[in-house]
Amino acid sequence: MKTKIKPAEVSAKRPVAVLEPVAAPRKPKAVVPVKERRLRFGAEWEYAPAPETVPAKIEARYELFIDGKFVGPHSGKYFDSINPATEEKLCEIAHGDAEDVDRAVKAARRAFEGVWGKMSGRDRGKYLYRVARLVQEKSRELAVLETMDGGKPIKESRDFDLPMVAAHFFYHGGWADKLAYAFPGKTPRALGVAGQIIPWNFPLLMAAWKIAPALACGNTVVLKPSRTTSVSALHLARIFQEAGVPDGVVNIVTGTAETGAAIYHHADVNKIAFTGSTEVGKIIARACAGTGKRLTLELGGKAANIVLEDAPLDQAVEGVVCGIYFNQGHVCCAGSRLFVQEGVYATVIKKLRDRIQTLRLGNPLDKNTDVGAINSGWQLEKIRELVQSGQEEGAEIEQTQCALPARGYWYPPTFLTNVTMSNRVAREEIFGPVLSVMTFRTPEEALERANNTPYGLSAGVWTDKGSKIFKMAGKLRAGVVWANSYNKFDPASPFGGYKESGFGREGGAQGLSAYVDLS
Amino acid sequence: MSEPRLDVRKTYKLYIGGGFVRSESGRCLPARNPSGRLLDNFCQASRKDLRDAVAAARGAGEGWAKRSPYLRGQILYRAAEMLENRASAMTEEIARSTGVAAAQARAEVNLAIDRLVYFAGWTDKFTQVFGAVNPVASSHFNFTIPEPTGVVAVLAPDEPSLLALVSLAAPVILTGNSAVVIASERFPLPALSLAEIVATSDLPGGVINILAGKRGELLAHIADHLDINAVVNAVAGAEQALQSGTAINLKRYAARNLSAEEWFTDAGQDPYWIGDTVEYKTVWHPIGL
Amino acid sequence: MNATLSYPVRPGSIREAVPTVDQVTIEERAADFTKRSIKTSAKLAGLKMVVSMIDLTTLEGKDTPGRIAYLCRKALRPIEAKYEVPSCGAVCVYPNMVRYARRFLGDNSPVRVASVATGFPSGQYPLRTKLEETRRATGDGADEIDMVMDRGAFLAGDHGRVSDEIGAIKGACGEAHLKVILETGELVTYDNVRLASQLAMEAGADFIKTSTGKVQPAATLPVTLVMLEAIRDYFFATGVRIGMKPAGGIRTAKQSLAYLVMVKETLGDDWLTPELFRIGASTLLNDVLMQIVKTVEGNYQSADYFSLS
Repeated sequence: MKTKIKPAEVSAKRPVAVLEPVAAPRKPKAVVPVKERRLRFGAEWEYAPAPETVPAKIEARYELFIDGKFVGPHSGKYFDSINPATEEKLCEIAHGDAEDVDRAVKAARRAFEGVWGKMSGRDRGKYLYRVARLVQEKSRELAVLETMDGGKPIKESRDFDLPMVAAHFFYHGGWADKLAYAFPGKTPRALGVAGQIIPWNFPLLMAAWKIAPALACGNTVVLKPSRTTSVSALHLARIFQEAGVPDGVVNIVTGTAETGAAIYHHADVNKIAFTGSTEVGKIIARACAGTGKRLTLELGGKAANIVLEDAPLDQAVEGVVCGIYFNQGHVCCAGSRLFVQEGVYATVIKKLRDRIQTLRLGNPLDKNTDVGAINSGWQLEKIRELVQSGQEEGAEIEQTQCALPARGYWYPPTFLTNVTMSNRVAREEIFGPVLSVMTFRTPEEALERANNTPYGLSAGVWTDKGSKIFKMAGKLRAGVVWANSYNKFDPASPFGGYKESGFGREGGAQGLSAYVDLS
Repeated sequence: MSEPRLDVRKTYKLYIGGGFVRSESGRCLPARNPSGRLLDNFCQASRKDLRDAVAAARGAGEGWAKRSPYLRGQILYRAAEMLENRASAMTEEIARSTGVAAAQARAEVNLAIDRLVYFAGWTDKFTQVFGAVNPVASSHFNFTIPEPTGVVAVLAPDEPSLLALVSLAAPVILTGNSAVVIASERFPLPALSLAEIVATSDLPGGVINILAGKRGELLAHIADHLDINAVVNAVAGAEQALQSGTAINLKRYAARNLSAEEWFTDAGQDPYWIGDTVEYKTVWHPIGL
Repeated sequence: MNATLSYPVRPGSIREAVPTVDQVTIEERAADFTKRSIKTSAKLAGLKMVVSMIDLTTLEGKDTPGRIAYLCRKALRPIEAKYEVPSCGAVCVYPNMVRYARRFLGDNSPVRVASVATGFPSGQYPLRTKLEETRRATGDGADEIDMVMDRGAFLAGDHGRVSDEIGAIKGACGEAHLKVILETGELVTYDNVRLASQLAMEAGADFIKTSTGKVQPAATLPVTLVMLEAIRDYFFATGVRIGMKPAGGIRTAKQSLAYLVMVKETLGDDWLTPELFRIGASTLLNDVLMQIVKTVEGNYQSADYFSLS
């Protein structure tokens, strides 16, 4: 077979060779009709169960950790802690009361005045480095405990929570003897005893966020973990023992809301740090008013995740998914409101719908699980109630099609379209894997809608254009702005909110100021 | 009656590119203690060893600078762990080399460990302290970040042979620079032993290179080497020779004129030294829709 | 809901119709796929699927008919029958070796014969000779042609020439299917890879392929993901399923399973077939076979027990 190649008119742009067809052309490619163009995420090649095999020892009963020792609660009472994925009882936790809190504060005061407050920054730092190393060494076991106690997937506790815990101790260990450089012109001094109350969504990580800077700055601590997730904090207490941290420097009093109240009402606590709901944050603020106690609050959010039409769309969808479904949406800075520029709305929704079908929900101890259990029956009820309200107010619901285990607290990844700004699902924090989707036409409109909330913790912006990123970041009333990213954390990066998302920062040089006296 | 055990003698080698090598010149020098007794032999670096060390440092620099600050901090902390673990051996090395009492030698080792820990904590903080977002008048986002300058030659003083070297090298490499260190000329053995600790600390090969020998031979080649970006000099009297040569490619030059005793004080632990081997880069980007 | 995609298409070059890619996020997403834990029955099934997707490759100046014979026999029967392992998807050879491959495999082999062509690997040759190569290879019996895209033209911005060339080669392929090698290692940015993928698909490629294997880096998870995303969008826009082939640098069974996970979770089950997904490799095969035997027998294997290809 011969070819006739005619060298083309050589244009200024490019030469083209024009050809005769030489062989019988292949059959045209099969074209799937529009209505059948679907991605099939089916059962072909199912992943077999892949349970985490590290054995973790959960004790039958955990005591309070006061003055370097594990001691029984004053009331003699204990409460059950359950595994939210199975509803099975895991262990008993000591129920600390005001007496126990008082004991703990006294121990912390003694430790501050006798040892820790006098210790050189260099030595405080060395203790924190030891703790960081021990956390690294016991990482696998701690991750399993965290997953069993709280319901989050082992993949997350292993790959995100635990490494981040070690990093926080490492980072703050380095500040302990360098505080003067964080406060030029001042001689920073410790405050004394810090009372810290933490939530159930990142139990061990929240403990690290609180304890590490407090200790680095020379304070001692009384920490109250959340009622439903106390186990990992108590194993952290063992690590403090093993590291040789002096008695009373860190005290852990487990219990309920009343236990927490005893802490923030205690007269000999110099500083209160709280992470939790805005509602409780306000109660604490009122309790601390006029007492001279220093206070930082890290509260709820209803973050806007804004996707502009010039965003790298596939990655924006990844960012949206990570923003709301990471940790089952139990994240204060979750991107729970998606604002999509109208021109790319259909595309983004389609990609989102397909993407959530590949999220795997199930046994949190299975290494392939992406979405774990909801932390408690109470939280599950709240999520259901809000989603229902959304549907009643006119929203349309889309969910990951998956089987929910018979026992345990589960909610599939969900997004709601046809949502308007006044809907409860667009205003109230759901704290679950539920995304409310709205549209906008111009960046100014997006900013207006994003800022139209009493919250102000975080926001996301997705665009390929640099100047737009800086402009929008500048105008968003949020303490953390993620540009072309979401849910990024680092001990060196300050985190905290505007408005009713709280005040004060954690992490970075700015995060230290909450724990020092500069007067 | 048992015979005294015959020991196996050690030749102390140069540390270049993560490996222990003899000088390409094949030369060795005897290390002697202050009363003149021979301790062991050590390899004497030539200008070609210097050349190789600079090449190794250059090769290692890019990867080292790309590591996260957190990871660099962990590696320096690991070096402290390794030195802590070998503290007795290092104490013995210093004591027999310099003739100081064991307690004094141990104090030097302890402080060297603590200095490594100290500087490990700066890797993920110096940017916040020395960098800035600048409030320019126009609608631009403007930030200044410190970046490692590249390959740094470090001239350690004769004493304290371990502590000064650690105090000089740590602030240089923590930012992502790589270093070619010329060890103490009178007491090189502790420095060459330190190399063994560096080699087991997860520090990538080539980030620190340690040469020993006669400073005088190497000074001119350091000064006019076009692929060295900065010189940190703690050797009194070397300044003249170095500075006239460094002008050839405008090397950054930093003097560390501390007495032997001053290295044991906070004067030997100054984070502002970090700024001597970084370049400040300022970037502008418009703010607008 | 309307399934067609809408990008803000402004008149002008193709670049505006193709989205950009964020490097950090796509690399994170690609790394996620390596965290999937594929065990026991899933591992065995996955590994067997991998074998059926391997284009067993030899592309050396020193290839001879004897070498091709070994390759073909290994591809046809990788391991003894008791392990129930399928044949490889194809063998991949230089044009001069095609007829030997055809001879050993016969005319109706489950193992396809793929030939590289168009001045592989550089592509820096006149179109005329590239067409000639293609025709000879198909004439000698190649079922598939793996051509190299003109990177020089692409990077100089001459997208039209790139397209035209692919179209011309496609015409010369006849019945054979055409894979277009983008040589992602030379394109460097993910934006370029996304754009090149689009160009190649629109110009007539049946498969898009990452690399020649002669340039580092060759196939990587993130680069493959970019191409899978391009294929996905193209499918929704046109209804046509294009195949994908990562090649070069995939040496271990574990890596190959991560690729399968990525295909399954990006394009879905319809792409988990040798008709739409191949892996260009040589040493990979024995590592996969060793893993299959280990999964079945329970003990760690040694290379001594697995025949060379």
